[in-house]
Amino acid sequence: MTVETPARFSPLSGWQDRFAQLPTGLRVRELPFLTQLTLRVEPGSAAAKAVEDCLGIILPGPLRAGSPGDVEVLWTGPDEWLLVAPDGRQDDLLARLRSAIGDDFATVTDVSAQRTTLALSGPLVRTVLAQGCALDLDPRVTPAGSCLTTLLAQAPVTLVVREEEPSGVRLLVRSSFASYLATWLLDACTEYRSDTGGRGWDGR
Amino acid sequence: MQLIACPWCGEREEIEFHYGGQAHIAYPDDPYALDDEQWAQYVFFRDNPKGPFAERWVHSAGCRRWFNALRDTVTHEFLSVHDNRAERPSRTGTAPAAQHAEGQEAGR
Ligand SMILES: [Zn+2]
Repeated sequence: MTVETPARFSPLSGWQDRFAQLPTGLRVRELPFLTQLTLRVEPGSAAAKAVEDCLGIILPGPLRAGSPGDVEVLWTGPDEWLLVAPDGRQDDLLARLRSAIGDDFATVTDVSAQRTTLALSGPLVRTVLAQGCALDLDPRVTPAGSCLTTLLAQAPVTLVVREEEPSGVRLLVRSSFASYLATWLLDACTEYRSDTGGRGWDGR
Repeated sequence: MQLIACPWCGEREEIEFHYGGQAHIAYPDDPYALDDEQWAQYVFFRDNPKGPFAERWVHSAGCRRWFNALRDTVTHEFLSVHDNRAERPSRTGTAPAAQHAEGQEAGR
């Protein structure tokens, strides 16, 4: 008997064509299937030190993301971080972290299926996001390395301003909100499209 | 829209928060020792002051942490916000239920 492996599909698979119609100042692509682990640990504790040594990182403080490397660390609460890594890394990372933590008090949980990630870049990123985000996204207030969990067009997101891409932003959004958020992004871009003269993104 | 200063995240719009009622209501040391009247007081009765009121709030759309706040119920102004692990505010409700709750908490 053949047991078929269930097919994986990301919440925004099939959206590439619509993303391609966005104005030239905004590029959007989905980064599906990123490894995401929730880390709960008391800052400054032995377990926190063990995690930092294991990953070769420093757990960033409030509203900050660690500089992107093999594993990107996002602050999501005073004793909580989200570890983001390429697809397929969860088993390796979970085993390494749990062995490093040992009997100390911390938890690491695989939440990779919870969210998908949108990578936004281009000069229009902050302007478009500002239409649905109450936070000041001016680089002087929200510089590279900022990590803000907030509402974007009423949808819960974690917004990360990346260091290495000028005006690059990553949006981590729950899978069930992803198509809504993508639809909102397309709509918010309408006025910046040169080819529609301000008409809808699908030409109507 | 009113801004509320989360102790961790700073000022955010009020829709990112949820209200959690009066702060500093301690769970009874020995719930089985309470009669129905005392249990009802603990479960249902809260202060309703006109003026500063110590309340619980949660930053549900942000860091998802509970914190305490001192809010003026007349002006809606947040007089202070603080991490739950920090000291309680100096001004709290003056109604008898609050003093009762304070006594309970102090006795823990
Ligand atoms: Zn917060």
